[in-house]
Amino acid sequence: MNNQELLELQKNACKVRIHTIEGVFNAKSGHPGGSLSAADVITYLYFKEMNVDPEKPKDPSRDRFVLSKGHCCPALYGALALKGYFSDDEIKVLRHIGAMLQGHPDMKNTPGVDMSSGSLGQGVSAACGMALAAKYDKADYRVYAMLGDGECEEGQVWEAAMFASHYKLDNLCLIVDFNGLQIDGHVNDVAGLEPIDSKFEGFGFEVIKIDGNDFNQIEAAFNKARTIKGKPTVIIAKTIKGKGVSYMENQVGWHGKAPNAEEYKAAMDELNAQLKALEA
Amino acid sequence: MAETKKIATRESFGLALCELAKEHPEIVVLDADLAAATKTEIFKKAYPDRFFDCGIAEGNMIGVAAGLAACGKVPFAASFAMFATGRAYEQIRNSVGYPHLNVKIAGSHAGITVGEDGATHQCCEDLALMRTIPGMVVLNPADHYEMTEAVKAAYAYNGPVYIRLGRLAIDSFNDPDTYEFQIGKGITLKEGNDVTVIATGLVVNEALKAVKALEAKGINARLINMHTIKPIDKDIIIKAAKETGKIITVEEHNIIGGLGEAVCSVTSENYPVSVTRIGIEDIYGHSGPALGLLAEFGLDAEGLEKRIEEIVKK
Repeated sequence: MNNQELLELQKNACKVRIHTIEGVFNAKSGHPGGSLSAADVITYLYFKEMNVDPEKPKDPSRDRFVLSKGHCCPALYGALALKGYFSDDEIKVLRHIGAMLQGHPDMKNTPGVDMSSGSLGQGVSAACGMALAAKYDKADYRVYAMLGDGECEEGQVWEAAMFASHYKLDNLCLIVDFNGLQIDGHVNDVAGLEPIDSKFEGFGFEVIKIDGNDFNQIEAAFNKARTIKGKPTVIIAKTIKGKGVSYMENQVGWHGKAPNAEEYKAAMDELNAQLKALEA
Repeated sequence: MAETKKIATRESFGLALCELAKEHPEIVVLDADLAAATKTEIFKKAYPDRFFDCGIAEGNMIGVAAGLAACGKVPFAASFAMFATGRAYEQIRNSVGYPHLNVKIAGSHAGITVGEDGATHQCCEDLALMRTIPGMVVLNPADHYEMTEAVKAAYAYNGPVYIRLGRLAIDSFNDPDTYEFQIGKGITLKEGNDVTVIATGLVVNEALKAVKALEAKGINARLINMHTIKPIDKDIIIKAAKETGKIITVEEHNIIGGLGEAVCSVTSENYPVSVTRIGIEDIYGHSGPALGLLAEFGLDAEGLEKRIEEIVKK
């Protein structure tokens, strides 16, 4: 990508992070850490990779995205609002009574959300079903699903991985947002996953490891994934939990907690300064 | 009436799917390594490109079904009732029920008539589990003809449906020439005013034999075939409560959470009468031949005749 494209993606990712903090702060609850780690990949998907049109959110030929780590929906909502699926105002009432934007993604009521998710492990199976439907219909849309590293502790992820491999779902691309932290601590202390790459290789996947907060590496990974035939791809995206808000970075405590007013101001000041620098 | 033949509702299900699939290319079938038992193998042979074995991984199968439905397919996902609704309960709740996706779930080998395999496979909780999911339609057809129509109705309904299938080959008692199936509408098989027996699934025919035998003893029982557990037919229950007083429910299922309690909810809130729940009394089954177990648990015609007589005379 050229510098202008890179800059646009960085600006959008910064805006997604701003939406994330706004949403979680106003909700007085939610999951900022994993939303911020995933923000770059989600931004890339919606602004570069996927064939989607906010004017036609139900277009049968569109690419699909399943946020299997559904608790990180503030980043997804941020990207969808930025893309024009719904108004920014919705973000401010995230998780409120009567709001469209639920604590975890709700496909019935939210334009742009392709699958309800939140119970970990389940989104990967749904993504397999979507990819299978594309094969069945001989359609050329692609299916993306993002899961957390901690989420890979769910057995269903591996049931789905076997299925994807067995049915040669090369139109399926998983992204593991590998930020290394889960609620109870470091993933490797809670229920270690490593070696994650050889696990997926053993399950028949093409494995691509990248820095998931670097747009050039993200682009290279998705470009390569599109060329892989006969098997599914997983991108292991090493990321920083809380990325972009310095006091949240790599802090397990920011998995599922909203900032207070003072913390909110600090986070917004920092993100707005980043945006200003990008816009300068 | 056409000649009756013994056929398990699982087989009727497989045959009905094949028929329906002829006209509807969006129908696909999933199984979890039990196609030979759930009889989706009938479909598999006819439509190999539309059948997807998911292996022994029921949770994933339900999720895959959800994804297929989200892309416009109408998946029928089958396994044993125990694993389809028990193992995969949460996948059904969150990936199918919550987004109200058009997934049909078939649970075969339900109840104690699984027989020799014993308690681990004798699912007497599936109706209860599926009833708790908002928007889920719960069907429990009683014979071949009813299953055939139920599969069509499940397809025609846009949303999640659970269909219970039996393993045991049974007689058909419905008349295919006049039979009509409507989701949520119970069928009065026999009129009567002394008591109402409401039965569901495989034991409807046993109840039918029982109430016919009771005629000779001067007991005039009404019999309702309640093929839909949810949404339950309130009108037919309230009418029965008003006209006959006592109600007896009969199901091959735990008396907790199934037909009996669905009927109690209607009577207690609308027209309280005495309701006696006949079923599996909150215990596990065990190994043995199906018919022997049915008799042991008092769910065969003879056992039901005795119980109903006792209750009426009480």
